[in-house]
Amino acid sequence: MTDPPRHRAHAELARVVREHTGRLTACLVRVLGDFAAAEDVVADAVETALRRWPAEGIPAHPDAWLLTVARRRGVDVLRRQALHRDRLARLAWPVPSEPDDRLKLVFTCCHPALPRTAQIALTLRTVCGLTTAQIAAAFLVPEATVGRRITRAKRKIADAGVPYRVPAESELPDRLGQVLAVIYLLFNEGYLTSAGDRPYAADLAGDAEWLAAHLAWLMPRQPEVLGLLALIRLHQARTGARFDPAGGLVLLPDQDRGRWDREAITEATRVLRRAAALRRPGPYQLQAAIVACHAEAATWEATDWPQIVVLYDMLLALAPSPVHHLNRAIALHHHPGARGGPRNALADLDALPDADRGALRHYPLYHATRAELLRALGRSEAARAADRQALALSTNPAQQVLLHHRLSWD
Amino acid sequence: MKYVLMFVETEEFARELEEMSEARRQEAFEAVGRWFAEHAAQITHHAHLRPAETATTMRSTGGEAIVTDGPFVEGKEVITGYAEIEVADLDEAMAIARSWPACPIVEIRPIT
Repeated sequence: MTDPPRHRAHAELARVVREHTGRLTACLVRVLGDFAAAEDVVADAVETALRRWPAEGIPAHPDAWLLTVARRRGVDVLRRQALHRDRLARLAWPVPSEPDDRLKLVFTCCHPALPRTAQIALTLRTVCGLTTAQIAAAFLVPEATVGRRITRAKRKIADAGVPYRVPAESELPDRLGQVLAVIYLLFNEGYLTSAGDRPYAADLAGDAEWLAAHLAWLMPRQPEVLGLLALIRLHQARTGARFDPAGGLVLLPDQDRGRWDREAITEATRVLRRAAALRRPGPYQLQAAIVACHAEAATWEATDWPQIVVLYDMLLALAPSPVHHLNRAIALHHHPGARGGPRNALADLDALPDADRGALRHYPLYHATRAELLRALGRSEAARAADRQALALSTNPAQQVLLHHRLSWD
Repeated sequence: MKYVLMFVETEEFARELEEMSEARRQEAFEAVGRWFAEHAAQITHHAHLRPAETATTMRSTGGEAIVTDGPFVEGKEVITGYAEIEVADLDEAMAIARSWPACPIVEIRPIT
């Protein structure tokens, strides 16, 4: 039996951990100068809260409470290693929150001495507080693999002396790509979350937007940073129309375009034009341009599909990816010309190399898209089978409801 | 933190060095000398190893030591020397390794 105060304390702790772990860890890495120790200390504080909150009540400022307990544990750790006197002195004072802390942590997690896949997993786990299950869903890989990557990467950061700071200008080309990839994955996880009972994690999406905006402020002449910021803002501008009052997912063709934030769309396209003026096109700028095509169309029917297919072709040339290929097939489906239509789109998807199809097999949108194409071609039995596969794979509640509806209609 | 930079020579690099004119080879050696001078403040110790043919490898398997002639990997890439450096972090170690003017591979390892 669960007694209500205990349950409430645990629920509140889960929320605080999700929203503040990144900030707390970043803060403690800064003062302790040790990545692994900071994580341990935060974990200890969470464990203490788990024991004390149900009995003593939830504190008025739960995140400050955690920081205080974590800092006290940090003092203990440093006392034991008596040589760190200067750090100990820093810990004795209240820790001011530095807005750059999380950004530094992102750059540490994305250090080139770490394997690429680990960089992304580690950032999502440490900076953004995602669970290994959520990261696994975003990567389309097993959870155990993600866990191993994170453990190994943490050990290397501690043992190899990976520094904790925003890198110098000359190091940026090496480092920026991974950081952008991390921010984008974080946004995607927020935009259509795969864990929990809510379809949209506004905090994650907001974190991603903040990180992108902060990066754009630090590096105003990096076109891909501006491209990513425009991309995120264009998506965010349409948030108001993505769900119905009951929390159900509303697909793009059915969205009330009057509820899109026109001002935000104009502002985002302005950022995109600033990026284009630097004349170094890249995947984020192209994806933003595609979303801008949707955002600027007055109706679904008026969408410039040929332009979108061209943009996808450029995108696939620069950054081949099975997911981009899938999205191109959707645009091809609606392309009014002779090379468009559901038959061509389906043929295109089925002609994907085995490796790409293998990667997409665990991706619910792949099956949902095939279902849509099959239905448009009148192959309703095959369409239902594909929808059922999508439903079995989807972990997003709104997406599940939509697929249930589709299955009960025909 | 202390790191060891291990200089790894490849067959290709050895061949290139051999095919150089005496003057070019002299220039290459001087570049190495300059590198050591430039980073003297960070380099705590360094050594050049005798050629790979002089190596003896002991491999213990199941409590038994097997002695073989030559380096532990078949000699396509061979460690030819090392430098111990003392710097703040991995980024500084990488910056020094990046400026190394000779053989093409440098492995960076922290010392505990």
